[in-house]
Amino acid sequence: MDDFLAARLQMAFSLGFHIVFACIGMVMPFFMSVAHFYWLKTKKAVYKDVTKAWSKGVAIFFATGAVSGTVLSFELGLLWPTFMEHAGPIFGMPFSLEGTAFFIEAIALGFYLYGWGKLNPWFHWFTGVVVGISGLLSGILVVAANAWMNSPAGFDFVDGKYLNIDPIKAMFNDAWFSQALHMSVAAFVSTGFAVAGVHALMILRRKNVLFHSKAFKIAAVFGTVAACLQPISGDISAKDVAHRQPAKLAAMEAHFHTERNAPLIIGGIPDTANKRVDYAIKIPGLLSFMTTGDFNGEVKGLDAIPKEDQPPVAVTHYAFQIMVGLGMAMVLIALLYFIALWKKQQWLKSNWLLKLFVIATPMGFIALEAGWTVTEVGRQPWIINGVMRTADAATPMPGIAYSFYLFTGVYISLAIIVSLLLYRQITMVDKLYDSTSKLSKT
Amino acid sequence: MIYVVIVFLWTSILLYILLGGADFGAGIIELFTSKGNRSKTRKTMYEAIGPIWEANHMWLIIAIVILFVGFPKIYTTVSIYLHIPLVCMLLGVIARGTAFVFRNYDAVKDDMQKLYTPIFVYSSLITPFFLGIIAASSVSGQIDIQAQDFLSAYVFSWLNWFSVTVGIFTVSICGFLATIFIIGQAANDDDRSFFIRKARRTIYIVMFCGALVFVAAYHENIPLASWIFGDTLGLTAIIAASISLIIMFFLLQRKKPILLRLLAGFQVTMILFAATYSHFPDIILLKNGSNLSLLTHQGQAKAIDTLGYALLIGSIFILPALVYLIYIFQQKKEVQETY
Repeated sequence: MDDFLAARLQMAFSLGFHIVFACIGMVMPFFMSVAHFYWLKTKKAVYKDVTKAWSKGVAIFFATGAVSGTVLSFELGLLWPTFMEHAGPIFGMPFSLEGTAFFIEAIALGFYLYGWGKLNPWFHWFTGVVVGISGLLSGILVVAANAWMNSPAGFDFVDGKYLNIDPIKAMFNDAWFSQALHMSVAAFVSTGFAVAGVHALMILRRKNVLFHSKAFKIAAVFGTVAACLQPISGDISAKDVAHRQPAKLAAMEAHFHTERNAPLIIGGIPDTANKRVDYAIKIPGLLSFMTTGDFNGEVKGLDAIPKEDQPPVAVTHYAFQIMVGLGMAMVLIALLYFIALWKKQQWLKSNWLLKLFVIATPMGFIALEAGWTVTEVGRQPWIINGVMRTADAATPMPGIAYSFYLFTGVYISLAIIVSLLLYRQITMVDKLYDSTSKLSKT
Repeated sequence: MIYVVIVFLWTSILLYILLGGADFGAGIIELFTSKGNRSKTRKTMYEAIGPIWEANHMWLIIAIVILFVGFPKIYTTVSIYLHIPLVCMLLGVIARGTAFVFRNYDAVKDDMQKLYTPIFVYSSLITPFFLGIIAASSVSGQIDIQAQDFLSAYVFSWLNWFSVTVGIFTVSICGFLATIFIIGQAANDDDRSFFIRKARRTIYIVMFCGALVFVAAYHENIPLASWIFGDTLGLTAIIAASISLIIMFFLLQRKKPILLRLLAGFQVTMILFAATYSHFPDIILLKNGSNLSLLTHQGQAKAIDTLGYALLIGSIFILPALVYLIYIFQQKKEVQETY
């Protein structure tokens, strides 16, 4: 394998792995805190059980996320030293703040996990909330650093030199808000649906129904509300990308020709050689409207971008379609769930709605990974948009392919063991966590 | 502000060695404990390190962030030429961190533990070993930025006797920290004298490994002795460390766990001080004789300033919380779930 490709794949794998763990690690503390809040307020044992079971999940995901994050902070230099040499001082601000946020999260988690019975109950609850808030903050900060790669700011690029750097300006670059918003909501959608799906499956199997129903409801409410907010943030992101990175938008949409009244292209197979998209659904004028607010607005196509600066079209387009498609599917499920909550209570007792949630278990995370594929592949061939090419940033060390195989093997085995661990936590709910079921037995 | 940043860099490395080191040491000690005593050691260690475990390797991340924000040239040089030991260390970090979680959070305690435990103990050994190699290689003058072939650029930059012995020395330091730490956690007098015997043996091993480092340095023509003994401050630090080691040896039997821990921490601090002070501000010594210095290879002033402020603000939040965390869990209060 080519070293450059291996380096890109290793980075993609490491990020793809880390993102899942980081998201769950930052969102589940909120679920946990809500359950904990109900326990302190209502004194119903089932909420304490759910809290404890979820806190185990948080611990597992936090630790795995922390470890994979540590690895990433090294990999940036191991794989992209030239990038880090110039970018490090400029976009380092969010990383240094993230260190603080993450540290606070770790300390708060220490208090939370080991604090049962040792701390004031409400202080204990509060440490759980701190875990969530600081986790979310570190997520936002890291995304701000990524946004800088899409929208470089806070320095003057003169004759290949990076002068007058301003780390604060770099952190608050044009893309940070739309990206951080989209990502934070996505974390809630994907974690909410994943957790709700697992509990829905257990309800369908009639195991510890009370326990799983309470857990399901908390996760489902978070996931569905976030799913309905996501299209709004998606719209903000799309307008922003169209404005800042026309090449990326053109690749997302497989939009080859600059035109007014540009159609929104749904699905289809992009044919880069002939510059057309086969078998696609085209809605006239919609792309122009979505990006400019005017059906006759001009949307730049790939023909406006020099050939050597064009991102790969097929991957970006497919990934974008997957993300939007799954996002819409989750909005539909969310709407059905809201109807069930407010109007049709009997739906909540029927199996089909739960089955829909079971099917949707992986949807959020697949959409999330697809979304990151759009962001990252859509920025190619640049590592710093318009400033530094990815190929120029790679390490001079040969043999990266072996490192890629090694890390891939490690991540796959980790994923398998973590899944096994979760499976065991879930099957042991009856014995370890559900106190009501123990009472019924004795 | 540059000195604020350097102090933070040095302190986070020190804290990583002290807190993370005790943590690695826990696994190393488990590896070198006979089967009969293993579960006792393991249980005592877990009670001691569990609560602060999550926070420990944050110090490593902070050190890395300081390097790439403040001293990008140094970070990238290390990343390129010490790629292989860094990857080995990272594999250790991954394996160790996850194995720790697996063995404590697997809801079913069965044969899978037989898989987790070896991963945990061996990665506890490997990670500090490569950390030591990386630290030693940065000053052993073998990093050759003009090298043309793979071996001399990416392998012999770190593979030499000096680096290997420093790696072994680091492992022994971790074991030493863990044994001293665990004495205070012992549940009864039998356990205590068992751990004390262990501590005494580890101290001999540390001294032996330390001597090995000097032999290897001599063999590789690295003027380690003159770095450490040729400088008044470095010499003072080493003498202070030796005196405190002797005091500690006699105090092992007394029931003063906190004092023992402070002495152990003091010794490691002095060793790190002596090892780094002699060539400050140089941090990477290259084969071609030129050095990478924390002062001349720092980033642009604005980057250093914001980094310094970020670290200062961060520590206002972190340090009190961390101290409180350690304090709360050091109190041996009976756990009663009253709510």
